[in-house]
Amino acid sequence: MSINDDFKKSEGKAYRFVLILFSTMIVFISASIAYSIIKPNLFGFQPELSSITKNPSKANFKDGIHLRTGLINAKGLMTVINNCTGCHSSKIILQNRMNADRWNATIKWMQETQNLWDLGKNQEIIVNYLVSNYPVEDKGRRENLSDIEWYELEN
Amino acid sequence: MKRRDFIKKTTLASLATLIGSEIVFGSNLLDGYIPLALQDPDPFKMFNKQKGMVVLNDKPWNIEAQAHLLDDKITPNSSMFIRNNGLVPTDLDAQKWTLTIDGESVVNKKTYTLAELKSKFKHYTYQLTLECGGNGRSEFNPPAKGNQWTVGAVHCAKWTGVRLKDVLEDAGIKDNAVYIGFHAVDNHLTGDPKKESISRGCPMAKALQDETILAFKMNDEAIPLIHGYPLRLVAGGWPASVSGKWVNRISIRNKIHDGAKMGGTAYRIPCDSVAPGEKVADEDMCIIESMPVKSLITYPKTGAMIKKGKALTIRGHAWAGELEVSKMEYSIDFGSTWISCDIEKAVNRLAWQHFQATVNFPKKGYYEVWARATDTKGVSQPMLLPGWNPKGYLNNACHRIAVKAT
Repeated sequence: MSINDDFKKSEGKAYRFVLILFSTMIVFISASIAYSIIKPNLFGFQPELSSITKNPSKANFKDGIHLRTGLINAKGLMTVINNCTGCHSSKIILQNRMNADRWNATIKWMQETQNLWDLGKNQEIIVNYLVSNYPVEDKGRRENLSDIEWYELEN
Repeated sequence: MKRRDFIKKTTLASLATLIGSEIVFGSNLLDGYIPLALQDPDPFKMFNKQKGMVVLNDKPWNIEAQAHLLDDKITPNSSMFIRNNGLVPTDLDAQKWTLTIDGESVVNKKTYTLAELKSKFKHYTYQLTLECGGNGRSEFNPPAKGNQWTVGAVHCAKWTGVRLKDVLEDAGIKDNAVYIGFHAVDNHLTGDPKKESISRGCPMAKALQDETILAFKMNDEAIPLIHGYPLRLVAGGWPASVSGKWVNRISIRNKIHDGAKMGGTAYRIPCDSVAPGEKVADEDMCIIESMPVKSLITYPKTGAMIKKGKALTIRGHAWAGELEVSKMEYSIDFGSTWISCDIEKAVNRLAWQHFQATVNFPKKGYYEVWARATDTKGVSQPMLLPGWNPKGYLNNACHRIAVKAT
């Protein structure tokens, strides 16, 4: 066996090893991702607090914002997270500004069409959280342009 | 076998194990492509969108473009907004895909495979403007409920498919037909299998237009999964929600279709205009049909600083739902004076039109360039927000960009 053949053989071994390692890693990582996706469904629509959201550690917050959801840390936050982020993203909450009447109507619509459960006394806690932390601001009939990023245009 | 191919096949096999089904055409997957079932947290990679796109919502996925990202005459996938009402389907098989035509007003209920649709009916290609009914919602006051789209929920890609009317006529349309309604495979957000996430449609007159097609190609390639692969109904000029993605059934109805997102306040505006914030009963809401006249300045990007005395070229697109744009103007003095500019004819009906102008600024200072389109009925874009409506649809107020002459 020539040195060259030997080299080829060991190269092949190394390659197979890397391949097995790589495939195992892929399967493991993919399984973790898949589990994290499936997991929320395991809880279905039960409005029960999970152990994670029941006792939020300080590490979950920065500058008064709950990091995972982007929601303001204030009274009622966990009730909102547990009842309102199972089916949809917190991003749709952050985008909207409504008064109590319209939030209540939205909750009624979600109960009629989106399988939302009866919120009981939590409804008042949720609506209070929303109207106090995300109040309606008067935008007028047309706003000024804002957040303009100025740049030199060569033309 | 090439090493890379071998690795790819091994990886695919493990992916298939995870997803629990074979990945059809898996070997054709692009390098670095991860099937949606695994929900890569990076939507830009997952949907092949460019970085400037803005994620409004991640469950369901809703992503919009910015004006300057829409400069292409034919919108590429990378700049196309994403609007979903439900969950993106994960296990689609184009080989087994069928489309059923049914409903109270079909003569013979029929089912076609995708291959049959392609071989039996003539193919047509049209560039079609699809704009989300809620594009511009973010500007309404008081705020309207829903995803707060700014200006980027519009695109005009090139779609290839068969005419819906050819397929409907092949199955047979009864005299009492009123409306069509589509059904698709995307699951409801709650995962409830009994619920459809969206099932909208249009009156027969729109369904039977030449340009209303069942598309299997977008910009000359298979439609990207997120935009409706393998079959999408495309009805240009109407709220994009009429253009159902992942369509597998179309019902010819003897009444206005009553599927998900057809009733209540969804894609409806008050039949009679109301004061901002006024409550409107469901029965006083009317279905949106054609989208209104609108335009977008796609070059330059807002915030341009130019040297005093230099002329600025602006360009963009204008569209008018079922109609054409007959006049295009711009203003640099907040609408005190308007200057006409060139507007091209559309490449086909229901495609957007392109405008261009050379703008001169008389002296140093802050300017806004406003664009205003007028349709063939003489209706123009308003400078202020149009009529308030509870869900914030149809904001076609003039687009503007900020410019400084220095």
